[in-house]
Amino acid sequence: MQDPLQLLDIPSLLSDEERDIQATVAAFLTDNVRPRVGRWFEEGTLPRELAQELGKLGVLGMHLEGYGCAGTSALAYGLACLELEAVDSGIRSFVSVQGSLSMYSIWKYGSEEQKQEWLPRLAAGEAIGCFGLTEPDFGSNPSGMRTRAVRDGSDWVLDGTKMWITNGGLADVATVWARTEEGIRGFLVPRGTPGFSTRNIEHKLSMRASVTSELVLEAVRLPESAQLPLATSLRAPLSCLNEARFGIVFGAVGAARDSLQAALDYSGTRIQFDKPIAAFQLTQRKLASMAVQVNNAMLLALHLAKLKEAGTLKPEQISAGKYNNVEAAIAIARESRTILGANGISLEYSPLRHANNLESVLTYEGTSDIHLLSIGHALTGIASFR
Amino acid sequence: MNIVVLVKQVPDTWSERKLTDADHTLDRESADAVLDEINERAVEEALQLQEAHGGEVTVIAMGPDRATDAIRKALSMGADKAIHVSDEALHGSDVLATAKVLAKAIGTVENVDLVIAGNEATDGRAGAVPAILAELLGLPQVTQLRKVTVEGTTIKGERETDEGVAFLEASLPAVVSVTEKINEPRYPSFKGIMAAKKKPVSTVTVADLGIDASEVGLSGAYTQVLEAAPKPPRSAGQRVEDGGDGGSKIAEFLVGQKLI
Ligand SMILES: Cc1cc2nc3c(=O)[nH]c(=O)nc-3n(C[C@H](O)[C@H](O)[C@H](O)COP(=O)(O)OP(=O)(O)OC[C@H]3O[C@@H](n4cnc5c(N)ncnc54)[C@H](O)[C@@H]3O)c2cc1C
Ligand SMILES: Cc1cc2nc3c(=O)[nH]c(=O)nc-3n(C[C@H](O)[C@H](O)[C@H](O)COP(=O)(O)OP(=O)(O)OC[C@H]3O[C@@H](n4cnc5c(N)ncnc54)[C@H](O)[C@@H]3O)c2cc1C
Repeated sequence: MQDPLQLLDIPSLLSDEERDIQATVAAFLTDNVRPRVGRWFEEGTLPRELAQELGKLGVLGMHLEGYGCAGTSALAYGLACLELEAVDSGIRSFVSVQGSLSMYSIWKYGSEEQKQEWLPRLAAGEAIGCFGLTEPDFGSNPSGMRTRAVRDGSDWVLDGTKMWITNGGLADVATVWARTEEGIRGFLVPRGTPGFSTRNIEHKLSMRASVTSELVLEAVRLPESAQLPLATSLRAPLSCLNEARFGIVFGAVGAARDSLQAALDYSGTRIQFDKPIAAFQLTQRKLASMAVQVNNAMLLALHLAKLKEAGTLKPEQISAGKYNNVEAAIAIARESRTILGANGISLEYSPLRHANNLESVLTYEGTSDIHLLSIGHALTGIASFR
Repeated sequence: MNIVVLVKQVPDTWSERKLTDADHTLDRESADAVLDEINERAVEEALQLQEAHGGEVTVIAMGPDRATDAIRKALSMGADKAIHVSDEALHGSDVLATAKVLAKAIGTVENVDLVIAGNEATDGRAGAVPAILAELLGLPQVTQLRKVTVEGTTIKGERETDEGVAFLEASLPAVVSVTEKINEPRYPSFKGIMAAKKKPVSTVTVADLGIDASEVGLSGAYTQVLEAAPKPPRSAGQRVEDGGDGGSKIAEFLVGQKLI
């Protein structure tokens, strides 16, 4: 079986259109990105040109309507994330942040002028966006954020630091969340604004084919028109995160599928004790169990896509998907690595790269702990984290 | 400029391709079917000509039901409409019958200025359909092109051969076939994929085209596959120890193989 998702005939659950979109993304990545990603991971870089290539393909903000976006179904967006993360979580992160955090925040909460100014360029990959919520001292609990925006005449003045911001060092525009006298507000901060600087975080052991940065805001003066007019509380950034988490639910399946595929291929050709290692029952147990897990994760993702398209998807359901699928993916990536033996620790094979990346995926957009607490809250009615 | 592109669905070159034991025709169940890559290039060329000269691009495919996948791919790349010739009677058709059917199907499209085909299908590999078709349609054939340009009512093309490059010219309408050097086909855009299902596809039978079923298919074929066997595995190469005469031994070998 070439694709472990054939086990439960997952493709039969997709429409022609969804399959075509998935196949197009997969073909583009096989031709243009997969051959290069190992080097990016090793060098800890992500070339800026990739943004334009992905923009041309149409994946940036693909599920949004208008402003140069394709307006696909949520499921099609999920399938694109799956294929992107099957190559590398860093590539999927780039697309998630650009489409679901940066573009979505503008699309959903921005003024018409802000949309016209940024969305077509972000969709084409001519501009890059980032999303600054986390701070050095506030991760799981963003409501305590210290970054402030103070009115000065008709302007706003921002001070503070954002940490662990994907695409920060590449971004032409940052969506920055700050505390004001009226509550949490969002601001569009263009690169080059005086007082605004970024510093890339080096020496990462995970998510290396991705730029992660610190954003520093020192008396950054912005006009009134830089504020996102429709974002009026912490709910706004949290709704953006729910968009991105939906992509992660599918993306994790991609990383898991790719890891398992590598293990399947390898176990069929590696001979020990005069047999391919795939012939040993212990190895088959690993392979079979992982295949069941990947298919289960995919069914869960497809179910959430249905709920999303019906407009009924609840936060705790996304939490269930993010928690389950990322935990399953990292377990599969590690187990797949064992099947590759020593070769499994080399950059030539994907499972350990996926496993390392998934440490970040496990942490960002809400850690597994936080998602379990959100499910616990829904089950018991008691919020244990407040 | 109205362009017809002939597209064929073929077994994916990555999958194992087999003939059926029953009648030695292609075992379509054993392999994934895809739009032949050479035909993606033919569609790309048509779309580029359309971008420069306007008009409509129609794709025509003769093949079983699931050839709709190949048609959809061509439509999602940007072609405007499609004709799908699908008929049980076509099973086992040879190049002559294929060309006859395609000629009739092209006849149903109005004001065709140019027909673009691949130079050779990756499964049948006859490389003959475009030329036969041009004869049947009474049109000039400008085949095996690596470059195509249209100026007014003239088509110009470059054909690369072992001996050199031939520069060809004909007046429109004409039949063209393209090689894999012609272009790099585009990826379908998501908007294109979503638009494809709303584009018109007419499915026709041989009777609709005014062809007698006995002229096509296995029974109407001029040639017949009597037997098919897999290629024997490659035997180990011949090893030549170089004791100072390696060069002449290689020359001897090449002469023996009639290669020099
Ligand atoms: C590669 C990468 C990219 C990122 N990109 C972005 C980005 O683009 N934008 C952005 O805003 N942020 C981004 N982040 C930040 C990310 O969202 C935070 O790291 C995450 O929210 C966790 O915050 P923290 O690291 O401060 O951990 P902490 O909140 O300090 O958590 C530490 C540990 O304590 C646990 N914990 C915390 N609270 C509780 C509790 N109540 N009960 C039980 N356990 C608890 C957590 O589960 C975790 O195990 C990124 C992070 C990484 C690694
Ligand atoms: C398994 C198998 C068994 C066969 N058995 C026989 C047999 O028994 N007797 C016999 O005489 N022949 C047989 N053939 C040949 C078969 O009939 C040819 O494949 C067919 O006629 C088309 O020729 P080709 O694919 O080689 O086309 P080529 O001439 O190589 O194709 C060139 C181009 O013509 C166009 N084109 C060709 N076919 C189509 C199509 N169906 N729809 C739209 N465009 C098209 C495409 O643009 C293509 O790129 C067999 C072929 C196969 C693969």
